[in-house]
Amino acid sequence: MAAGTIAHAPRKGYDGIVLAAPVTVPYARYSIESAHWWIGRALKGLTEAANIRRQDIDGFLVSSFSLFPDTAIGLTQHYGLSPRWLDHIPMGGASGVLALRKAARAVQMGDCTIAACVAGDTNHVDSFRKSLSTFSRFAQDAVFPYGSGGPNASFALICSNYMRMYGATREDFGKIAVAQRSNALKTPHALMKKPLTLDEYMSARLIADPIGLFDCVMPCAGAEAFLVMREETAKALGLPFARLLSTIERHNAYAEDAIQHRGGWTVDIAELYEMAGITPDRLSFIQTYDDYPVISLMQFEDLGLCKKGEAKDFIRQHSLTYDGTCPHNTSGGQLSVGQAGCAGGTLGTVEAIRQLTGQQLGGKVANARYGIVSGFGMITYDRGLASCAAILGAA
Amino acid sequence: MTEPLQRPKRKDPLKRTRLPTQPPELRSRRSHLLTRAAAEGVFGLPGCSDCGALHYPARDTCPECLSDNITLLPCSDLGVLAGTTTVQISNNVYFRERSPWRVGLAVLDAGPRVVTHVHGDVHEGDRIRLTWRLDKSGNAVAFAEPEKPTPNMSDDAELREMTLDPKFRRVLVTDGRTALGQAVAKAFADAGAAIIFCGIADPWKPWPGEEKLKAIPGVEIMPLDVTDTDSVNDLADEIGGRVDIIVNTGEHIRPGGITDRRGVNVAREEIESGYLALMRLAQGFGPALKFRGADGVNSACAWVNVFSIYAQMAWPTYGAYSAQQAAMLGASLSLRGELRPGGVRVVHVFTGPTEDEWFQPLPPPKVSHGQIAKAVVDALRGGVEEAWVGDIAQDFRARLQQNPKALEREIGQ
Repeated sequence: MAAGTIAHAPRKGYDGIVLAAPVTVPYARYSIESAHWWIGRALKGLTEAANIRRQDIDGFLVSSFSLFPDTAIGLTQHYGLSPRWLDHIPMGGASGVLALRKAARAVQMGDCTIAACVAGDTNHVDSFRKSLSTFSRFAQDAVFPYGSGGPNASFALICSNYMRMYGATREDFGKIAVAQRSNALKTPHALMKKPLTLDEYMSARLIADPIGLFDCVMPCAGAEAFLVMREETAKALGLPFARLLSTIERHNAYAEDAIQHRGGWTVDIAELYEMAGITPDRLSFIQTYDDYPVISLMQFEDLGLCKKGEAKDFIRQHSLTYDGTCPHNTSGGQLSVGQAGCAGGTLGTVEAIRQLTGQQLGGKVANARYGIVSGFGMITYDRGLASCAAILGAA
Repeated sequence: MTEPLQRPKRKDPLKRTRLPTQPPELRSRRSHLLTRAAAEGVFGLPGCSDCGALHYPARDTCPECLSDNITLLPCSDLGVLAGTTTVQISNNVYFRERSPWRVGLAVLDAGPRVVTHVHGDVHEGDRIRLTWRLDKSGNAVAFAEPEKPTPNMSDDAELREMTLDPKFRRVLVTDGRTALGQAVAKAFADAGAAIIFCGIADPWKPWPGEEKLKAIPGVEIMPLDVTDTDSVNDLADEIGGRVDIIVNTGEHIRPGGITDRRGVNVAREEIESGYLALMRLAQGFGPALKFRGADGVNSACAWVNVFSIYAQMAWPTYGAYSAQQAAMLGASLSLRGELRPGGVRVVHVFTGPTEDEWFQPLPPPKVSHGQIAKAVVDALRGGVEEAWVGDIAQDFRARLQQNPKALEREIGQ
């Protein structure tokens, strides 16, 4: 068969696959514990939330950056698990959606019955600097030696380019940050508990222009986890659940763009809504990957809530708090709760399950019916390589 | 426009000296293609020898055709500065001490996008020229410069971290008796060096060119006999803390292969005045240099050794001399590794036979001492690690790179 003529098989849906037992291990700015400890706490949380034994978990997926020298396999012995399906995806901001995507197929095909998806990382006093300097080969070779500004400097270039191209302003980014802080005030484990005003956002010190202090997330330790199973399993366990309706992922899209101003979502977005059988106006909330606000704006566009370049108008027209016209990052997101490594990429997924099952820890989205969770990340050189999204529905 | 650098005030000796720190130094092996380019002062990008695609950052596999034939390919160094930012808060001590630090993204006409350091005279949207530079860790970094030279361009603070510019620096020329030493002293005066210490063994003995040397602005004659450990240490005690650049200009050229002589006295002299002299100088001046690698505008920054090309491949007609040069080159490579943590670069300038009386029977082209002196200053200003002076040296280098065995057979023919 000649190149380019290979036909894609039609994708199958996720009928009967559900997500349950949302677990968050409260975050800490710094921790003396290991990632093994944080993931272990989340695992314990899952068994308690679902009222199951560790032996009932026969599928195990781990997302973590700070497990070295271990990977998921070593954790099976550490925790006394004997899964028949195992995966390890250290994929940062894409962790949550990619985890549920993989686990859903494993459960659907019968490779396992209860898949535990756990994301957790620790944060020692100097571990952020160390992990930055060795985050990727390209970063080590071609980014970190340039001012060592970390992601702040990389996203500064993306942010200023986006502002130039589409006319978004720092006030627009500020609206995201302020609304999320307001959401976080109701979330018990959020690290940022002081109200934030737009004035404070605007006058905060610059970190790498145009990125200011409140555009940045706070690295911390924490863990997020959930279970993937069939609907009948959830019912047998008596667990509230959310349905998995559709997912997409796409990596290293638009490699030709000089500076990233769109993500891989747009390649597959039509399929996402088609498979879920809904249109964007039916969404009750949206959980974007918010490391940095500009990336949230990009997602409003690329996830089809508005046209390209019009996210600024969209957010100017909406209120973004959990009780607003477009509830967004309803727990406070990473900007206000904290970024616990790979758990940061799972925060939105866990919050979506909470909202759709009425188990929210903070503000409640009224009548949540459908929600979208988006993942983004792995800026190994000049752009986030990973993009993914899932639409979940209430039972 | 770059503010012209001000001559630094005399340092208060009671003030603490800022210790050298380093920008991140870890690199992949492939990425050292660029370290080599920076060390030699050439431009190019990693690319695929099979399909010609250029890539950056350096890959081990071509993303166009999946070939593993990746090498440095020459290409245009021009492009556009697509974006910039100023890092106010860095995660690295070296940059924290030097913040705010500007970086940007260059989109090259050749295609690839390069995260880069940015010269103060270029701004978002400007056309730029990209160079590979060695940073204080000794590894290659990209530097976006104005497409055309701007006034005082080399005084830019970020650029001066990469270069070894003699302007306002204090230089020690180890042998002012030689024609080479005198030419180097003159070149440093012209390049704006603040003080040019010229070592002279037994200064009470007159030497050719004495009056002219003493008339060069900034020159200070210092007693220095590199064959005498006490003499080297005495001078290091006196001025070691004020020397920013050392240029080793000692020469001891004698013809003859190693079978031609009776006994080893001449060879011993060659080793004494070359190899051991380098070692004495390294022990005397090395520690202070290494300590002062981050000491402001006139920090210690470089050690230059001038070598014969025959250090790299013996020429039997001057076989013993070649061996002496090879021994010195070996020591100098070690010196390079030892001084690097201090942010001090060891520069090698290779030359073919010079207009020296001991090369008298050789045919042209020969290299003048003025040419070598210019090459030394150019190497420092350009911040390179290797320079080859004159046609013979360039030819030798090309042949050495292509096939060392062929050069071994051809040499002297």
